Amino acid sequence: MRKSLLALAAGLLLAGNVSAASAADKLKVGFIYLGPIGDLGWTYQHDLARQALVKELGEKIETTYLENVPEGPDAERSIEQLVRAGNKLIFTTSFGYMDPTQKVAKKYPNVHFEHATGYKRNPNMSTYSAKWYQGRYIQGLIAAKMSKSGVLGYIGSFPIPEVVSGINATMLAAQTINPNIKVKIIWANTWFDPGKEADAAKALIDQGADVIMQHTDSPAAMQIASERGKLAFGQDSEMIKFGPKTQLTSILDTWGPYYIERVKAELAGTWKSEDTWGGLDSHMFAMAPYTNMPDDVKKMAEDAQAAITAGKLHPFKCPIVGQDGKPVECKGGDHLDDGQILGMNFYVKGIDDKLPGK
Amino acid sequence: MELVEAIILAVLAASTPLLIAATGELVAERSGVLNLGVEGMMIVGAACGFAGAWLTGSILVGALFGIIAGTLMSLVFALMALGLAVNQVATGLALTILGIGLSGLIGAGFVGERITPAVHLYIPVLTDIPLIGRVLFGEDGFIYFSVALIVGVWWFLYRTRAGLILRACGDNHVSAHALGYPVLRIRTFAVMFGGACAGLAGAYLPLAYTPFFIPGMTAGRGWIALALVVFSSWRPGRLVVGAYLFGAVTILQLHAQGWGVGIPSQFMSALPYLATVIVLVLLSRARTGGSTAPAALGTVFVSDR
Repeated sequence: MRKSLLALAAGLLLAGNVSAASAADKLKVGFIYLGPIGDLGWTYQHDLARQALVKELGEKIETTYLENVPEGPDAERSIEQLVRAGNKLIFTTSFGYMDPTQKVAKKYPNVHFEHATGYKRNPNMSTYSAKWYQGRYIQGLIAAKMSKSGVLGYIGSFPIPEVVSGINATMLAAQTINPNIKVKIIWANTWFDPGKEADAAKALIDQGADVIMQHTDSPAAMQIASERGKLAFGQDSEMIKFGPKTQLTSILDTWGPYYIERVKAELAGTWKSEDTWGGLDSHMFAMAPYTNMPDDVKKMAEDAQAAITAGKLHPFKCPIVGQDGKPVECKGGDHLDDGQILGMNFYVKGIDDKLPGK
Repeated sequence: MELVEAIILAVLAASTPLLIAATGELVAERSGVLNLGVEGMMIVGAACGFAGAWLTGSILVGALFGIIAGTLMSLVFALMALGLAVNQVATGLALTILGIGLSGLIGAGFVGERITPAVHLYIPVLTDIPLIGRVLFGEDGFIYFSVALIVGVWWFLYRTRAGLILRACGDNHVSAHALGYPVLRIRTFAVMFGGACAGLAGAYLPLAYTPFFIPGMTAGRGWIALALVVFSSWRPGRLVVGAYLFGAVTILQLHAQGWGVGIPSQFMSALPYLATVIVLVLLSRARTGGSTAPAALGTVFVSDR
């Protein structure tokens, strides 16, 4: 007994030494997560991407992640902790980590940083995000086709450009199918509160909406829509489990290919600071299978996806008329330019609601 | 008409977890113990409640798991704050942090799973009465239980000798001790009751409200329950008013947004807090005035034997 225990201990010691030796040669890659990896949404998708990264380059790298890191000053400490632990490439995966990431980046010029959804960059700090509004456009087409009441329900988190551009893209698409389509918008003023998201979904359905779309993180709205026999779109991740007969599709954050590409660049020594804003063509996100809809609607959705991917269809193609009835200036030729979309703070014509703070 | 009924149903569902958790905390505070760990006890109750229901397929077992989990959490608090006389505020905050971490660990294996939520009562004819039928005769068991619970607590505090003794511990533990009452034991029971209620309130979320578990799903409801206790000036009747008012304004502001009232949504989101604070403060000023907090609330008691 004792002998075997000793052997085991020796074995463990040996194993420990081996992994320490090889770890020294491996590139250390760190991740900062906003939520728990089990949130089934935003953070969950980032961790799936990290797992894909490990699967692809596992022999050359070692990954570490810190979850539940609050945005703000606390984040700075967590990022620095990853630097001190020897991570050479660090992904900070939420908008609120922007300033903390930049502070740490300035302090450690030899470490490379990747910040999601922000706009501040450094020679050693890149930014990356996805053109989710493209997916919202496809959802708008489907929603208008599938809605019997002609009223869509939209649960927003905060009235920031990313969310507003999503609402506009949805409505612009829906109006091409049904010019009189209506949307009811409820702001939850939170990214994550399953109870409140469920209450918002209930309110929208009780007021006549029959297709629910959300820009909040939990599957609560999907679950309520399923309970009430309505239709809904998922958010961030696959939510069909919460509404097998309800989910039409879902915008899936697929960061994997980007993470792999950036780590490969780091390994090759060719990493440089960049601003990546990828759409369907660059696989920054994907659409979940089109389900619970007739074949012609499915075909329409697939065609739209193909056209957007090929660059033939732009969700914000001009002319675009604002809520005030005036046409919006077209800075990108035949469509709005990236700056206008990234800073969008107006509703398009056809939305009866008032944008908060306007 | 149907919309009014739907709104009332949503209000009751949104208010119930707050009411249950706040009822438990009210009893604990009436005995003189300030347990700020309600949020932590709730979220552990949510994780264990879901686990219980998922493993056995029974909502009732889930609710029991939630109650037991909340009680165990409160015992940790009792051991520290009552047994070792550690500062109650610090212990309560630590309990919340512990609870959030622990619930993530317990619930990790259950994320993404679904259960069938608690069934709603159905009595032929009665439940079909328009407007009030479903409100009175078509709720889930938790909602009926929460009403019975607060009535029971009111009766206990003001109509029984044991309730009087519990309040005495909260108002002056030295006198209660001098009269020969086991202050620490009474407080421990009060804290355990608070834990059981918080655990049940937490379990209500994944068992009836949104039938899945996600880390952090209580989203601050424990803190709202704590605030409700203070603003109700430690009275069960006002607690009911506060909890339902908070739920009502929460739901109504969502509907108002859907109708497109045109008031900024940020203000609307703050409205439940504002309305509840204003109404409860006015209510306590009109009736009694001055502070009505248990005099020994939050103070450490060490028995001199």
